[in-house]
Amino acid sequence: MSARTPKIEIKGLRKSFGSLEVLKDINLHVDPGSVVALLGPSGSGKSTLLRCINLLVVPDGGSIRVGERTFEFRESEKLPRARVLAEFRSRTGMVFQNFNLFPHMTVLDNVIEAPIHVKGLDRKTAIEKGMEQLERVGLADRASQMPDTLSGGQKQRVAIARALAMEPEVMLFDEATSALDPELVGEVLQAMQKLAAEGMTMVVVTHEIAFARDVADRVVFMRDGYVVEEGPAREVIDTPKMEATQAFLSHFHKGAQQRTA
Amino acid sequence: MYEWDFSILWNYRWLFLEGLGITIAFTAATVLGGLAVGMTAAFCLLSPFRILRATALAFIEVFRCTPVLVQLIWCYYALPMISGIEMTPVTASVLALSCYGGSFYAEIIRGGIVSIDRGQSEAAAALGMTPALAMRRIILPQALRRMLPALMNQSILQFKNTSLVSVLAVPDLVYQGQIAAHDSFRPLETYTAVAVSYFMILFPLTLLVRHLERRLGKSE
Repeated sequence: MSARTPKIEIKGLRKSFGSLEVLKDINLHVDPGSVVALLGPSGSGKSTLLRCINLLVVPDGGSIRVGERTFEFRESEKLPRARVLAEFRSRTGMVFQNFNLFPHMTVLDNVIEAPIHVKGLDRKTAIEKGMEQLERVGLADRASQMPDTLSGGQKQRVAIARALAMEPEVMLFDEATSALDPELVGEVLQAMQKLAAEGMTMVVVTHEIAFARDVADRVVFMRDGYVVEEGPAREVIDTPKMEATQAFLSHFHKGAQQRTA
Repeated sequence: MYEWDFSILWNYRWLFLEGLGITIAFTAATVLGGLAVGMTAAFCLLSPFRILRATALAFIEVFRCTPVLVQLIWCYYALPMISGIEMTPVTASVLALSCYGGSFYAEIIRGGIVSIDRGQSEAAAALGMTPALAMRRIILPQALRRMLPALMNQSILQFKNTSLVSVLAVPDLVYQGQIAAHDSFRPLETYTAVAVSYFMILFPLTLLVRHLERRLGKSE
């Protein structure tokens, strides 16, 4: 596959929950090694879109391609089989708003659980690789602790290490900093920024506009299940063209004016 | 005024011990059997297939809404007529008590599983685990911890329910007590001894359950 081919390609994606249409004809592509930020008010469908990328939410229509694997969806068609879904998901990493660490396992066991039981790595190799990932997020010294002894920021960094341990092709972040105390947001954003700099393909749902502006290559602005505006991150954030985007970003820009004034 | 004389019980010590052994063995067998039945029924209740859910629900309600004494007698006398399979008192008792216990275990197990945060199965799925693997490695270990006090409470009831197998002439503690009572003409002493035996085993267990509940309550 050439470098020009997008890593993620989404075409005509639709999803309804009951009578509520959450995604309406979404088209999106993400280049290898690039970072796309999904912005928009709550209820705009950005989290649902993210969850469609690893099929935690199964779309009603359209197609999704990640790497070399393509799924087509039609309303009449049944879900892909559990094994096919699982195999596909093992190649995308996801980080959740509420961390979702496994509370009955140590930090290291959280990280090596899937490599051992999904990928079939032997324990020794899994531990070696797991420790590497924990070092990457600066938490190697916490390996034997239980998750509930960690701060929110540390938990989220462990969750990032856990996802990375599967050596995914893409990383999906679902409001990874929204549940954190303000003083803990920085360490998680830093870990994400480092990951982006290392060339990981990332899709990030976030409310951190400044982070999106600095780290993302492109920004996709969503409202009411549609992509309203998309383009290079700085361009969309600094000079939004659409009214909805301008309204959404006005708070951010007012804050910026006050900061510079 | 009745004159109590517990010394006569000593003559029946082996009978009592034998009965106690059988009571404990029955409890172990029907707790294990009940857990197997309960686990199966719980997974059926959580299944996406309506037919499995309906069958499990019907099974549970039948066993919850009829007296266990009636179930024992029915399994021994009526079931062989329907199924054509001859039952010994022991098989009929194990079967009835396992199904009865299982119908209560099922609800405890189902409740424990659904009490685990959805985020846990989502995280497991996102890591590429199949639902079965996620259940085994992530959901059940956490759920079992949470269910433990309720499961133990139900098992204590199960221990007491084994006393009913005496109606099918299974020589458990109660049945042996009856024999001793007839033989010695001292029913008050023998039944007191039988009651004390149950209490001595179950009281420490209830204390353990309470301790577990407190500890689990604290850690969550």
